[in-house]
Amino acid sequence: MIKDIIILLLTLSSLFFFMVGTVGLIRLPDVFSRMHATTKSDTLGAGLGLLALIVYKGLDPVSLKLMLILVFIFITNPVAAHIIAKAAYHKKMRNQKEDDHGTV
Amino acid sequence: MSTSVLTAYTIILSIFAFICLYRAYAGPTTADRVVSINVISTKVTVLIAVIAVFTEQNEFIDVAVIYAMMGFIATIAVSKYIEKGKIY
Repeated sequence: MIKDIIILLLTLSSLFFFMVGTVGLIRLPDVFSRMHATTKSDTLGAGLGLLALIVYKGLDPVSLKLMLILVFIFITNPVAAHIIAKAAYHKKMRNQKEDDHGTV
Repeated sequence: MSTSVLTAYTIILSIFAFICLYRAYAGPTTADRVVSINVISTKVTVLIAVIAVFTEQNEFIDVAVIYAMMGFIATIAVSKYIEKGKIY
């Protein structure tokens, strides 16, 4: 019973963070602001979702593998965002409106 | 109760992944598409893990591990290609 409530809370907060990331990816105007929206909220959403699965499964070897995926996502997702941002910054990828006003 | 919660979670997560696919289709620059593919890869990793756990098929967890690694390596490779024009 208490396990069900914990799983419900974790999945709901995970869906909330995934929804924030998706709305930011669709609505924001720039590469860097889109990256700012998606990286942090997506990492936290994946972490909470996998934590809900760990609570669902209990003490098991499967929980160890889920923990491995969680740690891997927590390490690699910010690194990937950093490398994308470095590539976009070096290639001067701004949005079209800023280019028209000559602020680049 | 937990099974139905995880089923609803799977459905809503796949809807979010399809919404993110719009940015990969219509992104003005290449970096937008790379960001979108990175987000979709994270979502699909969680999706594979959820389906593997609540259908009691424990072998598919390994698929989720490899999918996370493949998404990371694909992001790194495409970003290096954008930045330098070559991968290595």
